[in-house]
Amino acid sequence: MTNHSPHTSIRRRLVIQLAVVAAILSLAFFLIVRVIAERAAEVTQDDILAASATAIADALYADRDQVGLDLPYSAISMLGTISQDRVFYRVAVAGQTLTGYEDLKTPERDLTGTEAAFATFPYRGENVRAATVLRPVSLGNQPVAVTVTVAQTQRGLAAISSRITAIATAIAVGFFFLATALSLLTAQSALAPLDRMTQAVARRGPNDLRPVDTDTPTELIPLVEALNKFISRLGTSLSRSEDLIAEAAHRVRTPLATVRAQAEITHHRLKKPEHRQAIREMIRAIDESSRSAGQLLDHAMVTFRADSLEGSNLDLAELLNETCDRLAPTADLKDIEIAREIATGPLDFKGDRILLQNALRNILDNAIKYSLPDTQITVSAQRNGEFRLSVLDQGRGFGDTDIANLTGRFSRGSNVADIVGSGLGLTIADEVARSHGGRLEISRNKEGRGACVTLVLPTS
Amino acid sequence: MRHTRLTHFVIAILALLTGAAHAFETEGRQVYGPGTAAQMLKVISTADKEAFEPIIKGFQAVYPGVTVDYTIASSTEVMKAIYDEGAPFDLVISSAMDLQTKIANDGYARSYSSAQTDSLPAWAKWRDQVFAFTQEPAVVVVSERFFDKTPIPENREELIGLLRDHPDRFRGRVGTYDVRTSGLGYLFATQDSRNSESFWRLTEVMGSLDARLYCCSSDMISDVADGKLAVAYNVLGSYAEGRLPQTTGVRIVELNDFLSVMLRSALIPTTAQNLGPAQAMIDYLVTLNTRPAEALRSGLPPIDEAQLAANNAMRPIRLGPGLLVFLDRLKRETFLRSWSNAILQQ
Repeated sequence: MTNHSPHTSIRRRLVIQLAVVAAILSLAFFLIVRVIAERAAEVTQDDILAASATAIADALYADRDQVGLDLPYSAISMLGTISQDRVFYRVAVAGQTLTGYEDLKTPERDLTGTEAAFATFPYRGENVRAATVLRPVSLGNQPVAVTVTVAQTQRGLAAISSRITAIATAIAVGFFFLATALSLLTAQSALAPLDRMTQAVARRGPNDLRPVDTDTPTELIPLVEALNKFISRLGTSLSRSEDLIAEAAHRVRTPLATVRAQAEITHHRLKKPEHRQAIREMIRAIDESSRSAGQLLDHAMVTFRADSLEGSNLDLAELLNETCDRLAPTADLKDIEIAREIATGPLDFKGDRILLQNALRNILDNAIKYSLPDTQITVSAQRNGEFRLSVLDQGRGFGDTDIANLTGRFSRGSNVADIVGSGLGLTIADEVARSHGGRLEISRNKEGRGACVTLVLPTS
Repeated sequence: MRHTRLTHFVIAILALLTGAAHAFETEGRQVYGPGTAAQMLKVISTADKEAFEPIIKGFQAVYPGVTVDYTIASSTEVMKAIYDEGAPFDLVISSAMDLQTKIANDGYARSYSSAQTDSLPAWAKWRDQVFAFTQEPAVVVVSERFFDKTPIPENREELIGLLRDHPDRFRGRVGTYDVRTSGLGYLFATQDSRNSESFWRLTEVMGSLDARLYCCSSDMISDVADGKLAVAYNVLGSYAEGRLPQTTGVRIVELNDFLSVMLRSALIPTTAQNLGPAQAMIDYLVTLNTRPAEALRSGLPPIDEAQLAANNAMRPIRLGPGLLVFLDRLKRETFLRSWSNAILQQ
């Protein structure tokens, strides 16, 4: 684990290590082949030299009081059949040269029995390999020792050696490249399950916390199990915090309603304008808290339902009309007119009714909240390649707020500090849109002041 | 005064040295070319001037800048010059394959290879040092008038039978090389002895007919032409072919049991001083078969694998260490003793 490279690659390490092993094996193979083959060639030359020397020794005879020799033609000529090497020989009787090259002296060596002795030494400008055999010849009754030495240069051996080296090199290099190519494939296939797992995890949606169940090799099972345990802990932890929020919101909402009712009653009883004012402030704060708690609940609900989305066939036009009907009283309080431009025919869509209702309500609720009294909100529903459900108001718009960030949790426009709001409304709408494969479009009203929020859903 | 004396002394020493350097005997010398040319090629050869002149002329047509200094010597003198004395020749051309092989084997020849030498068949070169450029069979030359009643023999068995059956007709009228003095004769005789037992029987028969012994092919051919000889055994075929147009009643017989084929060869000795021209001459010689007209003029039959393939009896003498065997002192003594016993009937 070096600090220099934060990403160590298993594949690279595997390939390099396998290639190094292949290189070592290739080298070993090369050396072994060379050594064995050269040794075989040397043994062959030795055998032929020994055969030649023995054949000459066999032709020795006692000629009265001296040693005679009828040098066999084949003993020398056979050395010329395998290579074009230079050939030297010497026959010596008790150390005195009988025939052959007088200066061909083999290094002193114990010669015993009929075994040939071998030596390599320089002679006449080249290294020669020599075989010497000892043969006693009886002169009268006196045995004399006759040595026969046959020597040959090693050009043929060198040619064989270089041929073998070339072949061994070619095979070793070929073996190395083949082994390296195979090791690449091996690394590829060994790491394939890892890639599959990575893709399986990477493909997941942001809220997909199911355990990983791709095919895993034995070695990766501990990792996958650990990952799954972690995912499950994360899921538990997330749902617990969502539960906590929902629980908290729920618990807060009921007492708040009680407090608000009490405050209303108190408001009616109080006569002094400054007291009534204080109570109104209180009611306003209670409303704000109650609304936030409601939206937190909504949000928790949206998150939960989006994770396990159940689609049912519904009519978006009808849904939008319902929402308008439900919020019409609230709008009336501010003398806001809701103009509907909703297509007449049914807009068939498969989705979660409660979520979509929630999203539309939040969008329209927002529009009403930020609109000035006595203005108009236009609600439209169109089918134009995709479903576009728009809410267009004449309110204060978004000022200079960064529109893209408005869907973040608890994010609010920079110009709305005076109005009750949690900043969760558009977040909820956005999440609903996403869970249905759609999106939320927020823009400034092109026809003057105000904002335009569009829930875009895919057809079919 | 002192100076003059010194000069005289130096001249005397030089004369002594050059005298020593020429201990080997030559039979002739000819310089071809202006002599002032930048490049020299000193050749020592066993081939007659007449045989080699067309080749030298052809060579100088290709390399006009090379002066060729051509020295003729017998094969034993060539050996003495190169092997014993290290005479500074650039090229050795010899018919004595055994001696050429020994020069190369004992390390007195330089290696050379080129596209031209590579084109030679394997049997026509050794160690890239000895390069054969002719193939000259040993033939039998007969005088036709001794064979008007009997067919001309086609192999050694028939020849032996004929000589045995007609001792009166052939007594004193068979000739062959004196292998004790002729290197080529010795080469042919030893190869014959290796190839077939019939050689010794033939030698015995020739000995019983008081065979006449010769130093050279040309003398044998002359005597056959003159009617002094009926049969000449182991005559160099190339010489016989060359003499045929001027003589009548002479037949060249290529025996069909086997024909020893001598390969005339060239090598560059280690003492060579003009390597470039020597190598050029090697290339020129080994491609003699591409210049039939020149080969015809010289009377030297070039290397011809097709001819060998057509005649199974032709056996080129193999270059290589086998040729060293008959150069062995004991072997030579033994062989000459046997041969003398057979031919001289002592």
